[in-house]
Amino acid sequence: MRVNVTVNGEQRQADDVWEGESLLYVLRERLGLPGSKNACEQGECGSCTVYLDDVPVCSCLVAAGQAQDREVRTVEGLAEGDALDPVQEAFVEAGAVQCGFCTPGLVVAAHDLVNRVPDPSDPEIREALAGNLCRCTGYEKILDAVRLAARKKSAQQKSAR
Amino acid sequence: MDFLRPETLAEALALKSERPDAVPIAGGTDVMVELNFDHRRPAALLDLTRIPELREHSSENGVVRIGSGVPYVRIIDELGGALPALAMASRTVGSPQIRNRGTVGGNLGAASPAGDTHPVLLVAGATVEAASARGVRFIPATEFYLGVKRNALEPDELITAIHVPATRAPQQFSKVGTRNAMVIAVCSFAVALHPGENRVGAAVGSAAPTPRRATEAEEFLSGELTATGQWESPKPLLDSVKRRFGELVAQAASPIDDVRGSAAYRKHALSVLARRTLGWAWQDYTGKAA
Repeated sequence: MRVNVTVNGEQRQADDVWEGESLLYVLRERLGLPGSKNACEQGECGSCTVYLDDVPVCSCLVAAGQAQDREVRTVEGLAEGDALDPVQEAFVEAGAVQCGFCTPGLVVAAHDLVNRVPDPSDPEIREALAGNLCRCTGYEKILDAVRLAARKKSAQQKSAR
Repeated sequence: MDFLRPETLAEALALKSERPDAVPIAGGTDVMVELNFDHRRPAALLDLTRIPELREHSSENGVVRIGSGVPYVRIIDELGGALPALAMASRTVGSPQIRNRGTVGGNLGAASPAGDTHPVLLVAGATVEAASARGVRFIPATEFYLGVKRNALEPDELITAIHVPATRAPQQFSKVGTRNAMVIAVCSFAVALHPGENRVGAAVGSAAPTPRRATEAEEFLSGELTATGQWESPKPLLDSVKRRFGELVAQAASPIDDVRGSAAYRKHALSVLARRTLGWAWQDYTGKAA
């Protein structure tokens, strides 16, 4: 089947999509967007997290056909040109990336949190990231990155005012 | 495989009646796992996410009607006041990503013995609204679960809503797992006080082929509270009453040994969960009555 979906603001079309295929497969293998990672394929690890109509979801659990006429935003769509999003900057600066496999999912989950909650508490950060597994960092640097991202975000909003 | 994409409920029911082999998909948190792992290859998928009626909830005559496609995150945010235990159980489902997509309708459709909302639906007196091209019928939750991953739906029926009585009386839900997020329950338990009927509801999950009520525990506690006049003037519960309640809850279960836990552990854990949640609910009731 054919799937028409807006991805990172651009109207995209995928052909010969198998009806039981996931949105993740379409993004990675048909639309050339390998940022979202494929690991557990059962919603456990969060590596494939994307926004679907502004809501973070595991793209491995969205049937491709369910994304028809919807808006998807992947990790590739967070930066503006060469300027990283504050969440991405914070992950780099805090050293929250080791092997990097979980990073795209965590960045999207953290991006959603700092955009919804201006000054998140530690329990709020932990809860927001509970669906994303990292086997390298022990999470401490990731928590640092999210706290830093929240500060960057509020500074950015203040300077915009 | 066909991908069926109805825009209205009427269209969905017509499709399901033509294609009873079509598997309904909403949040996809169960169905897509089965597809990704090649455990299931249905002839068709019936996508329910485009039907606006299924994504609404409303309240009438003290009963909340939750469209089968309302995700857990909205039950938590919008219905926690009227349906405390359902919101508690919803908070324990998966992770934020899963709660953004998963639905009570899907929990019922999958009918896994470990589904988080089942014990709550049993104690809260919920009713499942099932529709087909032939009409609508209402199935009490107590008659809905027939076996492991088997429910009372006919092949041409879809779950359209769940009706749950709103309450101001205390309810509790608790679940055992290896961590807070992303766990399939080792066992779970829900308790609801129904002071208007001098009755207690109690049910276990993930501890029998189906979620089930702990009828003897319910009768014991209801009888005890009524006989001692505690619905009108509640006093702290005797340890012996809480302990007996826990024992009877454990007896209601018929768990198995599996990768998540042993049968013996599940029975023990259930007696602890029952005692603890009853303690919380009763403390709440005592506070409210005082």
